[in-house]
Amino acid sequence: MCFAGGMETAEIQVRASLSDESTMNFYNEMMDANGGVRAHYQRYDDWLKSTPPERIARKRAEADLAFHRVGITFAVYGEEAGKERLIPFDIVPRIIPSAEWKALQSGLRQRVKALNMFLHDIYHDQEILKAGIIPAEQVLNNAQYRPVMKGVDVPGGIYAHIAGVDVVRAGEGEFYVLEDNLRVPSGVSYMLEDRKMMMRLFPELFAKHKVAPVQHYPDLLLEKLRAVAPKGVSNPTVVVLTPGAYNSAYFEHTFLAQQMGVELVEGRDLFVKNEVVYMQTTQGSQRVDVIYRRIDDDFLDPQAFRPDSALGVPGILKAYQAGNVTLANAIGTGVADDKSIYPYVPEMIRFYLGEEPKLNNVPTYMCRKKDDLDYVLAHLPELVVKEVHGAGGYGMLVGPAATKEQIEHFRQLLLAKPDGYIAQPTLALSNCPTFVEEGIAPRHLDLRPFVLSSGDCVNMVPGGLTRVALTKGSLVVNSSQGGGTKDTWVLED
Amino acid sequence: MLSRTADHLFWMSRYIERAENLARLLDVTWQMSMVPQSEDAANQNWHAIITLNSLDEAFAAKYPAVNAENVLRFMVSDADNYSSIYSCLRLARENAHAVRGTITTEMWETLNFTWLEARDKSFEQILNAGIGEFFEWVKMRSSLSRGTTLGTLLQDESYHFIRLGTLLERADNTARILDVKYHVLRPHGDEGATDFYQWGALLRSVSAFEVYRKAYRDVITPERVAELLILRNDMPRSLHFCMNGVVKNLDLIANRHSGETQRQAGLLHAQLHYARVEDILAQGLHEWLTDFMDRIYILGDGISKDFLVPLAEAA
Repeated sequence: MCFAGGMETAEIQVRASLSDESTMNFYNEMMDANGGVRAHYQRYDDWLKSTPPERIARKRAEADLAFHRVGITFAVYGEEAGKERLIPFDIVPRIIPSAEWKALQSGLRQRVKALNMFLHDIYHDQEILKAGIIPAEQVLNNAQYRPVMKGVDVPGGIYAHIAGVDVVRAGEGEFYVLEDNLRVPSGVSYMLEDRKMMMRLFPELFAKHKVAPVQHYPDLLLEKLRAVAPKGVSNPTVVVLTPGAYNSAYFEHTFLAQQMGVELVEGRDLFVKNEVVYMQTTQGSQRVDVIYRRIDDDFLDPQAFRPDSALGVPGILKAYQAGNVTLANAIGTGVADDKSIYPYVPEMIRFYLGEEPKLNNVPTYMCRKKDDLDYVLAHLPELVVKEVHGAGGYGMLVGPAATKEQIEHFRQLLLAKPDGYIAQPTLALSNCPTFVEEGIAPRHLDLRPFVLSSGDCVNMVPGGLTRVALTKGSLVVNSSQGGGTKDTWVLED
Repeated sequence: MLSRTADHLFWMSRYIERAENLARLLDVTWQMSMVPQSEDAANQNWHAIITLNSLDEAFAAKYPAVNAENVLRFMVSDADNYSSIYSCLRLARENAHAVRGTITTEMWETLNFTWLEARDKSFEQILNAGIGEFFEWVKMRSSLSRGTTLGTLLQDESYHFIRLGTLLERADNTARILDVKYHVLRPHGDEGATDFYQWGALLRSVSAFEVYRKAYRDVITPERVAELLILRNDMPRSLHFCMNGVVKNLDLIANRHSGETQRQAGLLHAQLHYARVEDILAQGLHEWLTDFMDRIYILGDGISKDFLVPLAEAA
C-alpha cells in the first residue's frame, strides 16, 4: 500500500497548471456555473460543512501518517535509484453520477473494442489499410508495429486485455480521450489503496452514499486472464511477470500477484522448452499458461528483441507464436496507442463497428500534412505540440505557457521533421475542490479507467484512478513535485 | 513455490540469524575482554573472530592492527565487509524486499525498519551509546523478526524454508562460537574465578546460563558446557536441537531430487542423537566441530541444488 512512482504525472500537471494562467472556462466537478453545489455532491458538501475542521485535520493527519509509514519503506530504495516518490492522496473524492458513468463506460467499451479489432486487423488482413482509412505507411513503418505478430492468432482475438484510457473533461463537462494506454498501464493499485483509505477514514460517508465498489478488480482481472488461456487448457496457471524489485511499479506488481493469489515471477524464473514456458519451482518445473507481463515488448525475449535484455525469457516469442502461452497484453499493441495513430481512432470505430464514436477525440493536427503544419506554425502560442513517440510529458511544447524562445525552438523542430509531431488545442481541464496548503481550492484532474477485455466481453470496475495536479499556477514540469490522487466514486442510483 | 522465492526466504532468515549470532559472538568476546588479561591474549581473542570467518585477508587490507576497536568496527559497521552485522541486516532486508508479496506486512516492516535503523547508526554512535546496547538491540530485532514470522505467516512451504534457513545458520554459528571460545579457554583450564566468568560469558552469549543452572544444578565445567551446546535435545541453540528442526523441515519440503540431502541430514542428526560428550572430547572437540561445520555446509549446498536453483530442465 504505497503511493510511489510509476506513473507519468508530469504531463497532466503541465496541461493543468497551464490553464491557471489563461482565461479559459473550467468545468468544476462540484459546483455549477452559478456557484451552487451539483446534486451528486450535495451530501458530501453537507457533510463537509457540518464536520468540525479539527476532525478533518485529524483525519488528514491520520492518512498522512498511514502513507508516511509505508512511504518510509520506499524512501529506502529511493536512495539507490532516486526514482521512487510519494504520490499524495487527497481526501475530497471525485464523484461521478451514475448516468455520466454509464455514458462514459459505454464509450470506453466501444473504443477498446475497436482498438482490439484494429490490432487484429493490422496483424492479419489489413482491411483498414486496404480501404485507405489509415495510410499504410503510418502503421507498417511505425516502430511499435511488430512484424513478428503477423498471422499470429491470439486467444479471443484480444490484444489489449488491460487498457488504461486517460480521460479528461473540458469546458462544458464533455469527456475527451487524451490517450489510450495499451502496453503496460499502471496505477490500478493506487485506485484500490485510495478506496481502502477513504473507507477507513470516513466510514460515515459510505453510509450516506451508495458508492459503487471497486475492490473486486483483482478478481475481475484474474477471471479475464484465465479466460484467455491457450486452447485446451482448463485450469490455467497464471503468473505476473515483473522486471524486478527495482522497477518503480514493483509495489503494484507484488500487490496484484498477491491479490490474485498467483506467483510473481521474474524472467529468470521462467524457461522455454519445446516452445512451452515453464517456471522453476521447489517441486520441479511447472507449466505456465498465461503471463500478465509488466515488461515492455523490447525486453521480453532477448532472442527476438533487444539482445541485451536480462529481464526477459529467451524463446518466449516462439512459444507465444505457437499458441502455447498467452501474453497479456499481447506483443505489438503499442502501434495502436501511438500518438500518430490516435487521430484515426474515431475512424476505426466507424470502420469496424459501424457506429458513431461515443467519446470525443481531441482534435489533432498531423504535422506531416502540409495544411495542418501551416496551421500549427501559425498558431503555436495556442497549441500543445507533442512528439509522436514521446511520452510522460517529455518533448512537448505547451504553447500558452511557453516563452518566445521555446516557441521558436519548436518552430525549427517542426520545420526540420514535421512527421515527428502532432499538435492539439490546449484543453481546459475540469477541476475539483482539493485540500492544499491554503485550504480547499480547485485543482485540475483527469481519470484513468482500467478497461479489461476477453473475447466479446469488455468490463471495468466503476470509476478508475483520478489524478490531480496539486500545484497551482506552476509552469515547470518538475517530476519531483508529482501529482496527487483522489478516490473516485461512481454513485449508484 | 517458485525456487527463487524459496531462495530469498531461505537467505532472508539465514542473514538475520547470522546477524544475531555475530552480535552474540562479539558480545561474549567483549565481555571476556573485560576480565584481566595480557594485551596479547586479548588481541588473540579478537583475532580468532576474524580467522573464524575466514576474513584475514579482507581485514588486513583495511586495518593496520588487530585490536578490539578495529575488529568491532570491521564486524559491526563496515559496509565493505559482507559478513558484518551491517551487511547481514542489509542482505536480510534485500531478500525480504524481493518477496514482500510472499511474507506478511509485519515481517516486511520488521526487517525493513531494522535495516533503516542500522543504516542510520554510525560506529561512533554505537560506541557512545554502549556497544552492549547495540548487541542487545540486534538480538531483539532478530527475535522480533522470528516472532512476527511465527505469529503471522501461514505455515506452508514458505515457513519451512524460513525455518530451515534459521536452523541451519544457527547450527553453524553455535558450532563456531563454541569452537573459537572453547579453544581459547581450554588451555588455561585450571579451576578458578577467571574461568568461571569466561564460561559464564560463553553460556550467556547463547542464552544458556540459566539453562545450564537448571539442567545441571552444579558448577560450570567445560565438558558440561560442550554437552549442553552440542547434545542437549531441548535447548533452542544447541546443535542437536537445530538438527531436529532441519530434518523435520526437510521432510516437509521433500521433492524427487532431495533424497541424498535428506539422508545426510538424517545421518548427522542420528549421530548427535546417540553421541556421548566423552567420545566427542576424546576425538578432539575442535576436530569434531570442524567436521560438523563442513557437513552443515554440504547440507546447505544440497538444499540449494535440490530446491533453490534447480538446473533448468530445459537443456
